[in-house]
Amino acid sequence: METLMILLIGVLIAVATYLILSKNLIRVILGTAVLSHAVHLLILTIAGVKKGNVPLLKEAEAPYTDALPQALILTAIVISFAVTAFVLVLAYRTYQSNGTDDLEGLRGQENE
Amino acid sequence: MTINLAIVIPFLMAILIPILYRRFTKLHIGWLVLAVPVIIFIMLVRLIPFVAEGHTYSHTYNWIPSLDINFTTYLDGLSMIFGLLITGVGSLVILYSIFYLSAKESLQHFYCYLLLFMGAMLGVVFSDNLMVLYAFWELTSVSSFLLIAFWHHRKASRAGAQKAMLITVTGGVSMLVGFIMLHMMTGSYSVHEIIRNVSQFTDHQLFVPAMILILFGAFTKSAQFPFHIWLPDAMEAPTPVSAYLHSATMVKAGIYLVARLTPIFGGDAIWFWLVTVAGLVTLFWGSFNAVKQTDLKALLAFSTVSQLGLIMSLFGMGSVAFKLGYSDSTIIYTQATFAALFHLVNHSTFKGALFMMVGIVDHELGTRDVRRLGGLMSLMPLTFTVAVIGSLSMAGMPPFNGFLSKEMFFAAAIHMRDLDIFSISSIGILFPVVAWVASIFTFVYCMIIIFKTFFGKPYEKSEGKPIHEAPIGMLVSPIILCVFVVGIFIFPNVLGQYILKPAMASIYPGFAPAEVLTPKIHAWHGINMELLMTIGVVIVGVMLYRKLKTWKPVYRLFPYRFSFNELFRHLLEGLESGSNKVTTSYMTGSLRKYVLYIYLFFIVAVGGYFLFSGGFAYSSANDAPVEIYELMLIIVMLLAGISMLFVKSRLTATLLNGVIGFGVSIFFVIFRAPDLALTQLIVESVTTVLFLLCFSFLPEWKREDSPKSVKISNAVIAGAVGALVVVMSFAVMYYDEFDSISSYFENAYELAGGANIVNTILGDFRGFDTMLEVVVLFIAGLGVYTLIKLKARKEDTDNEN
Repeated sequence: METLMILLIGVLIAVATYLILSKNLIRVILGTAVLSHAVHLLILTIAGVKKGNVPLLKEAEAPYTDALPQALILTAIVISFAVTAFVLVLAYRTYQSNGTDDLEGLRGQENE
Repeated sequence: MTINLAIVIPFLMAILIPILYRRFTKLHIGWLVLAVPVIIFIMLVRLIPFVAEGHTYSHTYNWIPSLDINFTTYLDGLSMIFGLLITGVGSLVILYSIFYLSAKESLQHFYCYLLLFMGAMLGVVFSDNLMVLYAFWELTSVSSFLLIAFWHHRKASRAGAQKAMLITVTGGVSMLVGFIMLHMMTGSYSVHEIIRNVSQFTDHQLFVPAMILILFGAFTKSAQFPFHIWLPDAMEAPTPVSAYLHSATMVKAGIYLVARLTPIFGGDAIWFWLVTVAGLVTLFWGSFNAVKQTDLKALLAFSTVSQLGLIMSLFGMGSVAFKLGYSDSTIIYTQATFAALFHLVNHSTFKGALFMMVGIVDHELGTRDVRRLGGLMSLMPLTFTVAVIGSLSMAGMPPFNGFLSKEMFFAAAIHMRDLDIFSISSIGILFPVVAWVASIFTFVYCMIIIFKTFFGKPYEKSEGKPIHEAPIGMLVSPIILCVFVVGIFIFPNVLGQYILKPAMASIYPGFAPAEVLTPKIHAWHGINMELLMTIGVVIVGVMLYRKLKTWKPVYRLFPYRFSFNELFRHLLEGLESGSNKVTTSYMTGSLRKYVLYIYLFFIVAVGGYFLFSGGFAYSSANDAPVEIYELMLIIVMLLAGISMLFVKSRLTATLLNGVIGFGVSIFFVIFRAPDLALTQLIVESVTTVLFLLCFSFLPEWKREDSPKSVKISNAVIAGAVGALVVVMSFAVMYYDEFDSISSYFENAYELAGGANIVNTILGDFRGFDTMLEVVVLFIAGLGVYTLIKLKARKEDTDNEN
């Protein structure tokens, strides 16, 4: 299971990297979104999957699944959401004031 | 305790001044500031008898003992001289500045910087710990920068400040390296401890490099040739600053350091040659160039350079005594050091007076160009008197203190002839010759100050306002200094016994009794070589001054292109354009390039590590079993991910991203993480909606029209990054050198009173993290809000982007 997951994560990261390297602003933002998905899965997978029960003390019996990566991911999900929202609005503003969403056109050197 | 206070008070006052400035609007804030140096001066004066008896005072406050950095203050004869100069001249300069600067200037800044400087300078001379000394040393450079650029609306002020800063700080950093080397040799930062144990280190391989680096710092600070170029440019500062920092105190920090470290390095041939030759060359070059200046302040700047060289060379000559050891015949060489200390004090008195005199002329007439000035003698009699006393003292004429120290300088130079160590004997005759020639030029420029300013054709002021004497407040300070100039000539031995004797004892510790080191100063010692040299200076000097026009073309032999100023400018411009080129070559403004740098570094660093360390490991033995629905989910996510690269519409791409996101949340369920699954579901929904919302404002997604090569290289890098992450993850998963810390959190119910472990980690164990997370969310929300609001206003104001 872990091997398969890691291979999936590798592909997702390659996809995200390719998207981030492209010129279109929205593609870059989508790339970061995919990247954060991949990383969340990665953190959880590396800790080992299906090794125990749900980490709820009263509901389940020991052994429990490692709760620490889950807590880290929970924080990461929220932060990446905040960043995505901010970057999206930034893209919107950039387009409003510059009239383009092409990153090569936004370099701010030739056309100034 | 007194000494600690002396350092702290100026800093405290520097903080208070901007606050007090608002309160005392009617009073010139300078009067409040004046109290600081006066109080410290009185405190120090009360300690003079204590120090004169040969006592020292030391107090240690442990600061960073583990690094051997302690705040140790130390008061001995040498720091006493400087302390008195800093506070004494400081008091007079502040008194003078009250009348010089009008209330319209931003006085709170001026006095804040000035107090900052005063505290830093006192810190330099009273610190025993080299690291603390270095910190204060750089602080003097910074405050000097601020003061030179006080009239920052003028380009020349800014340029002068920058030049001074660059040169002195470069020297300062090299000095720091020298100090660290000293610590490596001796294991101590305390000057006095190093001096006590110095005999064990003179053969150390770092001894000479440390010496040279420290001297570099001292030479740049004290404007020694060829680093003197910053001092004339620093004259853009207000005149009180020039009189204080760039003549009486800060530029003497380098000299202080040389004097302070003479017991460590003195006696070494390299030290002797470097200090003496740098001093003599500076002496000559400064006085030679002073003659051609037309701006009175520039003239004084070069004369300061030259006088600093004189003092420096005397310290060099005095260091010979360490080599020779103590005996009745070698005591004569310590007199060079005595002369240096003596001249140090004298120079502060007469040069301070002269600067203030030039300030008065500038203030009253609006110019200090000697080609325009003239005939002021009858109009400004008091100023004229100050100028005559100051200039004649500088030229080494009786009955002023400059005469005494100049004679001693000649004597020291003559004695150098008789030495036969350090292979001096072959060129020993050059010492008195250079000293004499430089003194002739000194005499000539002193004549220029007096005659070109105060005699000859009267100055015509364009507005026709009558020229009158300066207000008495401006004259008090230079007149007090002139009283010292004459007073020291009449009672030189008072100064010698109370101030110079303990300083000699601290420069030559354990060398000989202080009484032996302190010669009696006589104004008249019969007709001897020194007196003849002085008479020669007057005769040749008068001749040269009268024939000034005929030999002045000599200066044109030195084209500006080859001057050190030009060299400095070229160096600076080269550095600027060079670093500009380097920076623009990689900071292209292209986001792709920047991201590329990061990825390439990742690939090279991490990939290279795996390649060379063999840290890769893999085994599927511990893998959990795969269920069929999991496999299907994986395939779905794989397809979604890969097809994101090829879809034509942004809508599809966003939905595919959503597929991946929901896939992730299903995995969270499978992997026993219900909280994550819930959060992920909500966040993914909101994110997808946000994307779709944004699309209505953004243009339709165009095809990537990048060239094929770019696309291929992107794909290669993306593939490499993905592969590397896979390799890294495997390696991490099968690494079991450390135990997991997670079992700690399974005690959640006892420790935090919660049954949901994830919740207790977030809300309790790492509650602070979560709080900051909320802050991040808040800031992001604020950012989103402002960016949207910004649009409404921006449209009708400007379109600068």
